[in-house]
Amino acid sequence: MFSIFDIAGSGLSAQSLRLNLTASNLANSQNVAGDPQGVYSARHPVFRSREMSFASHMNGAGVEVLGILESSAAPIERYDPGHPQANADGMVYAANVNPVEEMANMISASRSYQSNLEVINTHKDLMMRTLTLGQG
Amino acid sequence: MFGQSIFGVHEQALNLRAHRTEVLATNLANADTPGFKARDFDFSATLSGAATGQGQGLQATHARHIQTSSAQRPALAYRNPFQPARDGNTVEADLEFARFAENSIAYQASLRFLSGRISTLRMAIGGR
Repeated sequence: MFSIFDIAGSGLSAQSLRLNLTASNLANSQNVAGDPQGVYSARHPVFRSREMSFASHMNGAGVEVLGILESSAAPIERYDPGHPQANADGMVYAANVNPVEEMANMISASRSYQSNLEVINTHKDLMMRTLTLGQG
Repeated sequence: MFGQSIFGVHEQALNLRAHRTEVLATNLANADTPGFKARDFDFSATLSGAATGQGQGLQATHARHIQTSSAQRPALAYRNPFQPARDGNTVEADLEFARFAENSIAYQASLRFLSGRISTLRMAIGGR
């Protein structure tokens, strides 16, 4: 009964990490570097359901963050010889962050966060009512 | 007046509703988990099984048999999604949320019934 707070809470923390990474990606989207390896690359979380054992398969299971993957997309190459970080050929490499993708991710994460929060609120209400069962 | 339980089927119904809340909360928490399959159980079948004392699972004829399912732990089934995602996730958050709302209303209904039953008994005990 009380594990619902755990389940929805794990959803909250997973989604807030996702929001955090989206913020980080957007903040670093204009980063440039002189070589393709040195530039920031977009980070995304990998979620996994927390059902490992038979017992938790029968019960509910929250979500956990398995890890954070850096995007393997190639950085954006730009010819900008005046840039202080440009290499010998006058090229700079910008972060491979796709702002449109990040915005879509942000909306999805905030919706999921809201729904988990709503679950917690509803369940808290129900539990409070259950606690006062038979009074008055 | 008192059958096997004063509270009728609502005692078990409340337990099952609480368990279903857990299952639906799991679906909602995993709405973005790749490969996660949404699950639920047949509430009315499980409840009638619990009310008649018959679980849905395999019958254990030996003390060391593993209990497959009971009224407390109903057999979960995978949901048939209308729009499965490419990553294998079958949670449809809006539908899950609708079911969650329905489930919590039903929980409150059972709770209201239990409250009414308790106040009836109090009235009888108090002789008012």
